Amino acid sequence: MSSDYRRITKDGLWDNNIVFAQALGLCPLLAVTGTATNGLGMGLATTVVMVASGLLISLLRGIITPQVRIPVFVLIIAVLVTLVDMSMNAWVHDLHKVLGLFIPLIVTNCAILGRAESFASRNTVVKSMYDGLMMGIGFTFAMVLLGAAREILGSGTLFNNAAQLLGSWAHFIEITLIDDYKGFLLIILPPGGFLVMGFILAMKRLLDRKMAEREQKATEASAELQPESS
Amino acid sequence: MSEETTTFGPYTHAKSSISRTMGLVMLSLLPATLFGLYQFGWPAIFLFLTTIVACVVAEAFSLRVAGKPIKPFLMDGSAVLTGWLLAMTLPPWAPWWIGLIGALLAIIVAKQVFGGLGQNLFNPAMVARVALLISFPLEMTLFNQPAPLFSAQAPGFLESLAITFGSSDSIDAVSSATTLGHLKTELGQGVGLPEAATTTASIWQQLWGQTSGSLGETSALLLLLGGLFLIYKKVITWHIPLSMLGTLALLASLFHLIDSDSYVGPMTHLLSGAAILCAFFIATDLVTSPVSIRGQILFGAGCGLLIYVIRTWAGYPEGVAFAVMLMNACTPLIDHYLKPRIYGRDRKGEPLVYSNEGADSK
Repeated sequence: MSSDYRRITKDGLWDNNIVFAQALGLCPLLAVTGTATNGLGMGLATTVVMVASGLLISLLRGIITPQVRIPVFVLIIAVLVTLVDMSMNAWVHDLHKVLGLFIPLIVTNCAILGRAESFASRNTVVKSMYDGLMMGIGFTFAMVLLGAAREILGSGTLFNNAAQLLGSWAHFIEITLIDDYKGFLLIILPPGGFLVMGFILAMKRLLDRKMAEREQKATEASAELQPESS
Repeated sequence: MSEETTTFGPYTHAKSSISRTMGLVMLSLLPATLFGLYQFGWPAIFLFLTTIVACVVAEAFSLRVAGKPIKPFLMDGSAVLTGWLLAMTLPPWAPWWIGLIGALLAIIVAKQVFGGLGQNLFNPAMVARVALLISFPLEMTLFNQPAPLFSAQAPGFLESLAITFGSSDSIDAVSSATTLGHLKTELGQGVGLPEAATTTASIWQQLWGQTSGSLGETSALLLLLGGLFLIYKKVITWHIPLSMLGTLALLASLFHLIDSDSYVGPMTHLLSGAAILCAFFIATDLVTSPVSIRGQILFGAGCGLLIYVIRTWAGYPEGVAFAVMLMNACTPLIDHYLKPRIYGRDRKGEPLVYSNEGADSK
């Protein structure tokens, strides 16, 4: 049982990461990750929707017939996104002004529908919610990473306007890394999003390969040891 | 056991190689480059060297990361040429980091990410130029009046170091618009063309290159000379330059005849800006232009058309880099539809059918 959860954790955060492995949800990813703060806000909103949709869909999976499952999933997700949209408008209004256009688009984030279809409709409530949480955190991680890279390269700051999202205590994480920075507009524009995303994907591939090599070496070493000991 | 040397074919080699091609292109660029460097003085020389060195270093780094042998790929001269062409399209007094970022974009993003020389979809120098223009509109449109080396108004060696490597505040004092930029601004403000043109450089100045403009783009005559040398040496063919400049001149004459008050004449279009440099040295890039003759003519005409459209109706005064990149994107399509006919087959690739009727009619 615990190995199941370990698998879900690893899948969501790294192995099957929505962005870095499945390459889903790229539309919000490229549209809002001009700054790390926007990425964080969008990622958290998506996470909330994913956990809630995991809960509802795994609860209702017994009564949703396969023929109508897609419209029902979309309906459930749309209801949840509307709730998130209204809540954000009420409580983090400034961030909502920045992300406002993209919040309703969480409905069309294929990653959420994908998890509903491939996981929540076949698993228990707790597992589905946990999967939604891990996938959401993985997504948020990717959004923040991409947002931070683009923000540093593009405007020389990090977590600009974080106080709008997290409250006034968060002023201390707003860093201006390079004073008097001219701004690298291309990186902030969508083509820059694609470029940075490409380089991050390449780096992830490189890391994965390095890790696989190390694992193989370890198994080879243990395989060499065994005949000697026997 | 005796050692036997087996040699494999091909046994005869043509003279052409990548490094020879690159060397010839550089040789033909030399007159215009030297003129540009002389005309814009030490800051231009520093920028030129910075860009080329950055390109070579970026190339070496990418080859190392990719696990390819560094020396043979570096010695083919393609990185140097990319840096050279990029530097020629930059404003001569641009700060050093423009050259550096441009070099990184050209070599890493536009060339090595695609797989190195021969694999790139877009011309690296033009990718870098477009990216720089979009990212740093201020620095990329600050042109200065020519101030020839050792002349009175030219900055000294140390002052030049400050211009290229220091803060860029001192540039504003001598900045001036390019011919195309000036005409665009004036026309935009409702000033008629004959009035606006009185303050621009004369045709002779544009031909020889004594105007403000990018580092190596000003001297149309010397660039033309280098281009003709390349055609003579059979490095490039005449099809792309002629169809491109022809289309541009034709469109410019046509609109100039219709309304000479608001459309600039063909000579200005041909001689100012990057048209000549692009026609002979950039659009003819062997990697990113079509293979067949008909494809090359179409490619050139497309470039000419887009240059005219962008220069005349779009937001930027100069559209050469955009035009070449857009046509680069069309190159695979052109190559697909305009294949050269294979000997013994028709254009669709079907074997030729020899009917008896043909023989009878003889």
